Amino acid sequence: MFHAFLIKYGEIGIKGKNRYLFEDALTAQIRHALKPVEGEFRVTKEQGRIYVQAQGDFDFDEAVDALRRVFGIVGICPVVIPEDQGFEKLGEDVISYLKDRYGEDCDKTFKVHAKRARKTYPMASMEMNAELGARILDAFPKMQVDVHKPELMLHVEIREKVYLYSDVIPGPGGMPVGTNGKSMLLLSGGIDSPVAGYMVAKRGVKIDAVYFHAPPYTSERAKQKVVDLAEKVSRFTGPIYLYVVNFTEIQLYIYEKCPHDELTIIMRRYMMRIAERIAEKTGSLGLITGESIGQVASQTVPSLAATNEVCTMPVFRPLIAFDKEDIVTISKQIDTYETSIQPFEDCCTIFVAKHPVTKPNINVIKRSELKLAEKIDEMVDKAIETAELIVVG
Amino acid sequence: MEAYLDNSATTRCYTKAAKLMYDIMTEHYGNTSSLHTKGVEAERYKREAAKIIARSMKVEEKEICFTSGGTESDNLALLGCARANRRAGNHLITTCIEHAAVLNTMRALEEEGFRVTYLPVDEKGVVRLSDLEEALCDDTILVSVMYVNNEIGSVQPIGEIGELLKKQNHRILFHVDAVQAYGKFRIYPKKLGIDLMSVSSHKIHGPKGVGFLYVDSRVKILPILFGGGQQRDLRSGTENVPGDAGFAEAVKEVYTDFDEKIERLYSLREYFVREIGTIEGTTVNGPGGREGAPHIVSVSFAGVRSEVLLHALEERGIYVSSGSACSSNHPALSGTLKAIGVKKELLDSTLRFSFCEFTTKEELDYTLGVLRELLPALRRFTRR
Repeated sequence: MFHAFLIKYGEIGIKGKNRYLFEDALTAQIRHALKPVEGEFRVTKEQGRIYVQAQGDFDFDEAVDALRRVFGIVGICPVVIPEDQGFEKLGEDVISYLKDRYGEDCDKTFKVHAKRARKTYPMASMEMNAELGARILDAFPKMQVDVHKPELMLHVEIREKVYLYSDVIPGPGGMPVGTNGKSMLLLSGGIDSPVAGYMVAKRGVKIDAVYFHAPPYTSERAKQKVVDLAEKVSRFTGPIYLYVVNFTEIQLYIYEKCPHDELTIIMRRYMMRIAERIAEKTGSLGLITGESIGQVASQTVPSLAATNEVCTMPVFRPLIAFDKEDIVTISKQIDTYETSIQPFEDCCTIFVAKHPVTKPNINVIKRSELKLAEKIDEMVDKAIETAELIVVG
Repeated sequence: MEAYLDNSATTRCYTKAAKLMYDIMTEHYGNTSSLHTKGVEAERYKREAAKIIARSMKVEEKEICFTSGGTESDNLALLGCARANRRAGNHLITTCIEHAAVLNTMRALEEEGFRVTYLPVDEKGVVRLSDLEEALCDDTILVSVMYVNNEIGSVQPIGEIGELLKKQNHRILFHVDAVQAYGKFRIYPKKLGIDLMSVSSHKIHGPKGVGFLYVDSRVKILPILFGGGQQRDLRSGTENVPGDAGFAEAVKEVYTDFDEKIERLYSLREYFVREIGTIEGTTVNGPGGREGAPHIVSVSFAGVRSEVLLHALEERGIYVSSGSACSSNHPALSGTLKAIGVKKELLDSTLRFSFCEFTTKEELDYTLGVLRELLPALRRFTRR
């Protein structure tokens, strides 16, 4: 019965003169999200509202699913847009809307909420509420008015056209991607990093990603898994540029030169350095990681401090105070969990010390890194130059 | 250079088989159950395929039941016979080194209330007849033993087992999983005392998704798939005519110049085993000589994780499998290597090299060269 959606958005409504930027970003994201959906859609902006109108047949459920992944949307209202042929006709339209939507036997408590944006309409809102309410009571003997906690809130909006709706499907909230610059996500095959990317993107940040590949110690399937994860995240964020960095040489060099219990920390420091360099080159303003305090040896506060020390860019760690279960819950919601738990990751534990340091001293780590001085800069340059770019989504 | 040494995983399809399938799919695409000429024509292809396969084992055409592959054949044989012969007894025997298609079907039968004995193997991966003899009881209805083990290439004493079972005073069915053996051995079920035998097409250069179960005409068996009653009610489902025909084409090809091919495979394998032995820290698991299958070599490389070595070889165009199932998806299924007593620290350092008639000495030399080069480098990096 529905051929259109009214899109409600929250926060972006209050952004003053930048408002149009936010609205434009939101319409662009909506168009992108609807691209793979069966049907054709027109997305229009009018009077602080965004409307999505299907041109002909379309898959309702698929369209709603797609819209529910667009950050910035607070509510999705399937709306009916009858011809404006006077109030009498409007009354009939309201009754047939309710019959179609809730059946002849509807017994819900209700409230009519009329809104007259077109002030030339001959009736005031209050008057319309009362008049339409009366007609509904006549047509549906089991329905009752409840102005405080109605089960059914019927919105009647008089604008250029007339809009009827009573459902609000919650959207994801947040802000449209692209309204808050771009950041580089350090994406592994695990559970956390895709969730971190999702969360930061939800604040309007466009996402690029970097993955550290170490063949033959990590397999082609492990890489494919990361591409698959990027694909899942891109359903929310739009296309992701994924940089695959070959890290083997650096990893082996660190392994040979540095104390074993510091391997992970030093490796992570080089990953951060490389990510930051690629971020700078490609216009990202921050880094994103899935780190969470204390989850593993390399994520204790001293370890985080040691890895953080190599970056000048801000590092966003949206999961920093999350428990694992909470992260898992989100990863299930965004459908990355199943992919993340595939067993290809970390097929090699050679580079993980049996007893890694949990309280690294930055000065000690720096001294260890001096042992890499001979070749490391060259290796880092090469890793960055040879990074493979995969565009996902 | 490329060296595909993973022929026990799957093989390249013969061009001839693929072409025949293409013609059948695009021209002679009828359904064997249809009454019109298109159907009759398809039926002819299917029967011809069954005939070719039957001839390769000197059995009857009607004793060939086409399936979707080795797994289905094993399932049909075990589930179908166990259920059909339940009244005769409740006891099944198999070995602890069978393929998952047999082991997991046996576990499912245990759930159904059957008792299953899993026979051990000796250090060469071969079942001892005395163990089997001991396990047999009045209640035993079925024995399932693989012909060639897929991980180390050990060959089981199928003929002796067949004979032993015949000597019992009640009838015990004998199923053989011959997925790794058919096409490498001439197998005549009637002479070996085999009642049921599973074979897969893609291991012998035929298409994937096809296999057969040989079912001796006297065997009592129930279907596991229900539907239109194709293949004498034993295996419902529209017949896979192109697959069956492609499979048969591969059978013809694989048994052409058979003795020369096998002789060549054995000498390649002997060469490889000899050369591998000259590399430091290597152990060949299971049979090294002609008592084993001609196409499988299992090698442990001390101090190297098999997965790392596998990927390093892959970078050089050499494709192999990691030797024990325990490094792939299902750790619990690691069977053969453990069963033959491979040391714990070597379990995860084992690769399987498997050959086929297209394998060349050059490929093996290339592989040996790459191994000699890679191993010292990889051994420098171990977990400290």
